[in-house]
Amino acid sequence: MSADAQMISVSGIHKSFDDHHVLKGIDLGIDKGEVVALVGPSGSGKSTLLRCLNLLVIPDRGEMRIGSDRFVFGPGARLPGTRTQANFRANTGMVFQHFNLFPHLSVIENVMEGPRYAKGMGREAAKAKACALLIKVGLQDKAAAKPNQLSGGQKQRVAIARALAMEPAVMLFDEATSALDPELVSEVLSVMRELAAEGMTMIIVTHEMSFARDVADKMIFMRDGQIVEQGSPAEVMDHSKNPSAQSFFSNFRQA
Amino acid sequence: MYIWDFSPLWKYRFLFLEGIWVSIALTAAVIVLGLICGLLGAAGQLSRFRILRWLSWLYIEFFRTTPLLVQLVWVYYALPILSGVELSAISAAVLSLSLYGGSFYAEVIRGGIVSIDPGQSEAGLALGLTPSRVMRRIVLPQAFKRMIPPLMNQSILMFKNTSLVSILAVPDILYQAQRATMDTYRPLEVYTAVALIYVAILLPLTALAKFMERRLKEY
Repeated sequence: MSADAQMISVSGIHKSFDDHHVLKGIDLGIDKGEVVALVGPSGSGKSTLLRCLNLLVIPDRGEMRIGSDRFVFGPGARLPGTRTQANFRANTGMVFQHFNLFPHLSVIENVMEGPRYAKGMGREAAKAKACALLIKVGLQDKAAAKPNQLSGGQKQRVAIARALAMEPAVMLFDEATSALDPELVSEVLSVMRELAAEGMTMIIVTHEMSFARDVADKMIFMRDGQIVEQGSPAEVMDHSKNPSAQSFFSNFRQA
Repeated sequence: MYIWDFSPLWKYRFLFLEGIWVSIALTAAVIVLGLICGLLGAAGQLSRFRILRWLSWLYIEFFRTTPLLVQLVWVYYALPILSGVELSAISAAVLSLSLYGGSFYAEVIRGGIVSIDPGQSEAGLALGLTPSRVMRRIVLPQAFKRMIPPLMNQSILMFKNTSLVSILAVPDILYQAQRATMDTYRPLEVYTAVALIYVAILLPLTALAKFMERRLKEY
């Protein structure tokens, strides 16, 4: 398949925070509709990579293309302006580990915020869209509630609805279930499963290995800022030749 | 044994009322102007540009670390010599109190803004909001709630600080008190009355600040 058919292509991405070299040359291609699980030990750079993909972290070097937007980073390369960055981010939905709902807004206002103030959609249209999305995540009866009245699982489902409201081309999940009580994980995973089934392009940083095995088309194993292994979940989890991948996944098999 | 006698003060009641009016009007003016200075100072501190951060730091630290009394005297007597602009006592008082208060407001405002979880800005940016929209729609509404109690406390201090302007012969409460003292030779009674006036004005306001603090703790 040609590189142009890919929805996301990343090459030679480097990022350092002070002396800490977090990403050491990442190359990555993701097709439209593909669900990619990004796994690895903590500190391997997977969250940083995800944040680079929507410019919450600006890479030091490298090239990135998502859809029709293309960015080159490095000495001499001009950083895209704030407008361009905002438009680009509007096209990539992000779900955070700690939800990051806006506590001063109601649930429905949280979902309306993007369409209203990033896309300039009218109030009624945004409201209708938000209602439909709350129904989709099963929280239509919580529309008027404030985020602090919700359980963790409900908060995360609102956060997913908020991101979907922008109709992004790709959804990024940054350990979306890591901060949840165990009994609340499945309600969030089932929403994500449903999205995957609808053909949404998704990149999921997760420690839920059985979920990743089930849902992901492709698994990427990272360690020390590099991609060590990639392929189908079965290939990466069960048949990797790489010792670090083997030892990482053996921990999960025992559990 | 000193014999307290407050009765001579009664005929100075209008003098005191005038003083109270001047103090309150002065406080109102320096709160408004101080907040403007504070906003500019905080914006400078949080600016992307090093020069603005540096200038606002200089402003804030200079006014926070020098005594207000020194600033008042300096602005009234020294500034006209340096700048060639004659300042009336009241303008000198307003100018230095506003700048002084602004340096404290700036820290409160900056502190309120940086106290908001960075995840809030990230979530706003991730939605595709521009940084200025994120500031206006997401960060400031939350930060403002947190700032209200300390801003109110600072404003209460501002009212007390106005008592220093009597040194420039601005006719505030304290200045009128000094006049009454010179007439009556009853400084103990006069200053007791002055203290009670300050308490009477500020006690309801401190209670209000406490109440707001509790109200705003929600979410």
